[in-house]
Parts: sequence; C-alpha cells; structure tokens
Amino acid sequence: MSVILVLVAFSVVLAGGFLIAFFWSVRTGQYDDPYSASVRILFDDEKPREASKTDPAPASPIEEPSPNQ
Amino acid sequence: MPDYSPHRDSAANSNGCYHCGEDCGAVPIIFDEKRFCCQGCRMVFEILSQSNASEYYKFEVHPGLTARNREPGSQYAYLDNEEIRRELLEFSEDGVSKVKLFIPAIHCSSCIWLLENLQRLNEGVMHSTVNFVKKEVIITFHDAQLSLRQLVEMLVSINYIPQITLDSVDKGAKRKVNRGIYYRLGVAGFCFGNIMLFSFPGYLSVDDSIEHLLRQNFGLLNILFGIPVAFYSGSVFIIAAWKGLKKRFISIDVPIAVGILVLFFRSVYEITSGTGNGFMDSLAGLVFFLSIGRWYQDKTYQALSFERDYRSYFPVAVTVISDDGIESIIPLKNLRTGMRILVRNQELIPADALLVKGEGSVDYSFVTGESTPVTKKEGDRIFAGGRQAGTSIELIVEREVAQSRLTELWNQDISGGEKQTRWDSILDVISRYFTAIILILATVSGVVWWFINPSQSFLVVTAILIVACPCALAMTYPFSLGGTMRVFGKNNFYLKRTGVVETLSKIDTIVFDKTGTITRNNGQGADLTGLRLSQENLQRLSALVRQSTHPSSVAIYRQLQGFQPLNVESFSELPARGIEGVVGGHFLRVGSEEFVTGTRSEAPAAGRVFISVDREQGGFIGINNQYREGMKEVLQELALRYELHLLSGDNDAELPNLLAFFPSKDHLHFNQSPKDKLEYIRNLKASGKRVLMIGDGLNDAGALRESDCGISIADDIYHFSPACDAILESKQFKHLPGFLSFSRIGMRIVFISVVLSFLYNVVGLSFAITGNLLPEVSAILMPLSSVSIVAFVTVSVSLSARFSTFTEK
Repeated sequence: MSVILVLVAFSVVLAGGFLIAFFWSVRTGQYDDPYSASVRILFDDEKPREASKTDPAPASPIEEPSPNQ
Repeated sequence: MPDYSPHRDSAANSNGCYHCGEDCGAVPIIFDEKRFCCQGCRMVFEILSQSNASEYYKFEVHPGLTARNREPGSQYAYLDNEEIRRELLEFSEDGVSKVKLFIPAIHCSSCIWLLENLQRLNEGVMHSTVNFVKKEVIITFHDAQLSLRQLVEMLVSINYIPQITLDSVDKGAKRKVNRGIYYRLGVAGFCFGNIMLFSFPGYLSVDDSIEHLLRQNFGLLNILFGIPVAFYSGSVFIIAAWKGLKKRFISIDVPIAVGILVLFFRSVYEITSGTGNGFMDSLAGLVFFLSIGRWYQDKTYQALSFERDYRSYFPVAVTVISDDGIESIIPLKNLRTGMRILVRNQELIPADALLVKGEGSVDYSFVTGESTPVTKKEGDRIFAGGRQAGTSIELIVEREVAQSRLTELWNQDISGGEKQTRWDSILDVISRYFTAIILILATVSGVVWWFINPSQSFLVVTAILIVACPCALAMTYPFSLGGTMRVFGKNNFYLKRTGVVETLSKIDTIVFDKTGTITRNNGQGADLTGLRLSQENLQRLSALVRQSTHPSSVAIYRQLQGFQPLNVESFSELPARGIEGVVGGHFLRVGSEEFVTGTRSEAPAAGRVFISVDREQGGFIGINNQYREGMKEVLQELALRYELHLLSGDNDAELPNLLAFFPSKDHLHFNQSPKDKLEYIRNLKASGKRVLMIGDGLNDAGALRESDCGISIADDIYHFSPACDAILESKQFKHLPGFLSFSRIGMRIVFISVVLSFLYNVVGLSFAITGNLLPEVSAILMPLSSVSIVAFVTVSVSLSARFSTFTEK
C-alpha cells in the first residue's frame, strides 16, 4: 500500500506543474484580455492575395460554422 | 461588452453604408459598386482595398465607424517633437520603437484584424497587438520608415483615431494591472483539490496499520497545503479584518478571518495530536469560494476611466509663436507665463490667457455649462478649458497650466483616496451584529460545556467559530451586486465598483446638471417650419452652414442632411452676427435678424436664425435647446420617488420649460459656478439628504465628487468624462428610473439571500453547540450553503433583469 505514497508524490508534482503553468499564463497577461485571443485564432495567416476586382468578398460573419467543425 | 455577433444593421438595411452601416440617405456615394454614406467612409474603404486589407469586411458586417468630419492637416505635427515623442514611446532603440495607443473605436473582431495587420498598410510597422478589453494597441515599428506622427496619421486615415492627451504622456499615472486575485485563486483551487483528496481516507473508518500510516502522512500533507491557503490566499481577509479592527470597525472580514484562523489552528492541533482529521478541506473550500467571490466582485471596466482629471482633457502640445513670428510646437508642460500661443479652430485653450489677435468664439459648454459660445475680442481674458470655434487666435499666457482656474477647481477638493460612503453598507451592519452574537454564543456555550464536560469546551467554542464563519453571507453581496453591475453594464450603464449599486438604492435626492445632461450636448435642434425656401436653396444653405462650426450652424446642417455637397465659392463668418457666402452663384446670408433683414422686430428674436438668398428674405429657423429623449417621462417618473433639483451653469432662459418638471422654483438654480454646485450638494447632504448627482462636464466635477453617488453622462463613454462613480451612456438616459429601481431589486435579493444564509448558520450552529460538529458535516455544509446561495442569487438577478424595463427585448 505504501506505493500510494509514491503515487501521491507524483500527483503532487504533476499538479504543481499545472499550477506553475497557470502562474505563467497569468504573468504573461493571458487573463488580461480574454476576447482578442478568441478572435485572433480565426484569422488566416496566409499572405494576402493580390487585390482582384472580381473578388466579391461578401460579408461573412465569423459565426458561420466553418467547414472544419 | 464585446460585440460577438455582427448584428448591426445586417441585411435588413439595404441602404446601409458598406463601411459603417449607417443609412446612406437619398444620394449614396457609389464606389466599386458599394454604397457609402460619406466621403470619409469611402476613403477608408479605398485605403483598405488598396492595401489588400479588404478582409476587414469579412469578419463583420459594416465594421467601421462613420468617418465624417475628419480633419486632416497639421493637427498631429506635435508628434514630431522629440520630447513628446520620447514620452509617448514605450521604448525606442536601434531604430525600432514601441508605442501603446488608446483607441476608443476598437469594438469588433474586424478592428482586431485590421489593427493587427497594419503592416499591410505600411511596411514600417513590424508588429501590433490589440488588447480588446482595454481598447489599446501596442505597435512596434521602424522609426526610419515610419515616424510616430505618420503612424498616428495612418491610424486616423482609417478612422481609428488614437486618443492622445496630457494623461498619456504622464508616465507616473499609468495604471498597473493587479493580477494578485488570479494567483490567490489559483493557489486556493490547487490546494483545495489536493486537500480534498488527502482528506478522503479520513472519512473511511477502516482501521489497520497501513490506513494509519496513510492518515498520518496525509494529515501532514494537509497541513502543508493548508499553510498557503490560510496565509497566502486567505491573507487578504485577515489583513482587511485587522485594518478594520484598528479603526474600530467590524466588517464582514472579521468573522471570516476568525473562521480561517480557527479552522487552521484547530486542524493543526487535531492532526499533530492525532485526535482527529482536522478541517483543512473546509478551510480550503472556504477560501476558494471566497476568492471566487472577490474575483467576481472586482470586475472593472478597464477601458473606462472613473478617475479622470483635467490631464486627460488637455492636449499634449501647444503651438508657440516666438518673438520673430516663428511657430513651433512645445509640450504643454513647458508652457510658461508670457508665451504667445496659437489656438486653431476646434483646439482647446490650455491656460488662462489674454487674447491678442483674432476673434475668439469660445465654447465653454463643457467647462461652465454655458450652452452658447462666448465672443471674445482682442484684449479680453480667456480662461483655460474653452474650445475655440472659428478662426485661429493668438494669446499670451497669463498663468501656467497647473495654476489655471480650471485646474484649481479640480485640485481644491481632492481629498485623495477612495470616496467613502457616509452610511454603512448593509453587509457591515449585519456583520457587526453577527460577530457580536457569535462571540456571545461561543462564550456562553464554552462556559456551559465547562461545567458539563471541560474537555469538550475548547472543541465546542472552536466549532462554533468555524461553523459561524459567514461564507454564504460573504458570497451574497459580491454575487448579487456583481450580477446587478453586469446587468447594468450590458445596458450601457457602467459602475465603478459593485458597492455603487447599494448607494444607488438608497438615494432620495437627485440633482441634475442642465447643459449636456438633460439637454443634449451641442445638440441644439433646428426647427425648419418658419422657412420659405426652395429645394435648391435648401441645398445651398446646407453647403454654406457646413463651413461654420457655430452650434446653430451645426444644428441646421444636421437637420438638412442628405443633400449633395455644393461648392462654396466664398464664405465669411462675422462673430455675433452670422455667416455669409456665395454658393453656386447665389449670395446667402444666415444669422441674426438685424444682420439678415436689417431691422429688429419687437418679437423675441433670440433662438431664431434668419436666412436670405440674394437679399431676399427666406424666413427663419428656430434654434432650441434639445432635451434628451424621454427627458419628460424620466423626470415625471423620478419626481414620484425622489426630490429633484437642477443646477445649471447657464442662464435661466429655459426656466419656464423646466418648471413643469421640478417641484418648485427653489429647486432650480441657474448661473451656478462649479463651486456653487459643490456647495449646494454639500448643503443638501448636511440636511440629511442622500444625493445623486448627474452631470457631464468639468464644471460638475466637484459636485460629482461631493455627492453620495455621481453619475457622469456621456455620448461617447470612452472620451473624456469627469471623475465619478458611474458612467451612463447618454442614449440610455431614458432608462434612468429603471436603473435606479433595479438597484433596489438587487438589494432586495441581497436581503433574501442573507436570510437564507442565516438559516444555514442556524443549522450549523445547532451541530456545533451540541458538540456534534464532525469534519464531514462542516465539509458538506460549507460548500452546500455557498453554492446554493450563489445559484439562488445568480438566477434571481438574471430573472429580474429579464423583466426589467430597460432590457432590450
């Protein structure tokens, strides 16, 4: 049964790791602005195409389900 | 606040401007097969599409803001000044600079996209990041390719106008982010989870040697995890209680701190002596839940500022003219007495000064409450804070910025620190009785048990202190008022702190400011019924008044919108008389009766603007102060419950109109200086009234501070508003009675949940006094009471909000 003590030690270290990760996320300001990041992830990184007049670029709200979902 | 859905004027409005969504009127500007309401919007669209940035329009429908009235020119020239540049930049090294700009226009996902893709507009931008909550953008750029001035002008060209005021160069005034609550919450949560796990074997009554080993080790681990819970996460409550006690004040923190300490030390005693399992799980749960309450309560509207002073109203720089006539730009703080300054149209007069050249037409509406511009001639003294409307003027500075009449007004009554409410919060009253009762109860039971069974006495006393710890009680206040505050925030009424809800609910007297508060800010209305003009002439009139910034002209122009702009061949403005000019070959005069008709009639001509076309009379336009939408209903409804007063810096021209809404003439005061207003509030308070002041301008700043609750009303909440307890967006003025009554509902919910949490305490105490408080009872009762109270409060606040009058259905 004393193996439990070893496991407990592991679990505390593991949980401590998550706590440190949480501290890091707070310190780097991830809780300062929860909104931008949620939008930023939807932006495409690709280089802009050359402006083409034929591109209708209809206003498509981001709420529309993306094909990946 | 974030606009998650692109609902603004969606497909329903087919005549909406492609850029900003506003109605394009009869003659929309067509460009690239898209409709635009004005040239400004079209230009922004053009810039964006040329820079391959038209994806901007992909994320939201009509993401832009109307770009009308954009003034190009040299207004940002001061950003080339080395000293100002250095103060604005976060850092600048090896040709790379970083600047943080506050841009109130940030409102949707398209904004974030565009501002983070500025390098498409100019290669000089290296990187930019938006903080949506604070409406800030941090831009890193190459100095050599793009100067700070060019960067700002580029932002202005796409209609994201950064707000740069004296405040932004003041490094000391920068607010620090306080993330302590997240750390404390994280630590408490982490320990709570672990302690629950380690406490579990204690509740199983299996008894063998291995179990014993586990129990002992787990007990020690519990103590180890209990220390940061009690003395790091819980420290805020202990410190707050101690501070209160030093001031002989018993707040809710006192029983909480006692609870935390007793829980901790009794647990340590039980574990080390082997007499029990301790209450560490209850302790960790308590601190964790309380920290959540704190976090919920501490929500603030970061992009709004409730602490502004004159510094965020004043510009950063000023144009100085040297003796040999050379213009240069210097930072405002370097402005000295005797300097000759140039103030252009729509610029602010930064210091008390003497007018030496030009005709001044100074708009003081924000500073004094006067609704019409004051005409100043050469040799007149001009006080700081006014806005010049008209041609450029030259002034000699008489007093430095920090000594001007305006700033003195600001400094005179700043006692510093947080405004204290004059009456105790309901929570403080309850906790005072609560603490007293608990202490008496603990002592009595301790004594009684001493006679029954002395060894039990200590246990019973500590059990009472543990179970009485007002966790649920302490959760009701932040969650019901925090919830109420969020409901207000959703409806564009922003409170500084949750405590303001309680203050609002106790108000019995309301004092209004006039200009800008119950009348619209520069919102004079034009009544066209007296006009006898053809459509062509109306179009010419519209073109002419567009040239002038006089409030009457602005009002007329607003009324005449929708005409295609015509070319104005000549234009001149004659102060205190009117404007004249030639439009399309026709000579127009707009102005006072004497100026236009040459005669002066007996009838009161004030508030009338006369028009002539080619010297032929065209009738007149009535100019009146426009009251805010729903003002009549608001005042009538409020009068039923509150005592209403009006303080105006303006003259009493509106007295007859206003008498209909206020109980008597004694409650209406005109020509009030800012100091008068402050004194008036002070007197009302001295006579026992609980005063709510509603104002908008710098002239109300003192009164807003002095009142029990100050609401500042603003057309654009992100622009300047004086220091206050709450900011109300002006279009929500009509819902003021609804907000006030909802604050009372919020307090009623607090009352009910207080009663509920008492019931839990009674149950807990009955266990404690009879000596039956086992750790498992406490471990179940404490979270159960907290969670159920929070659930009750949250549900009732959101239900009440659904049925309130101000919620948009």
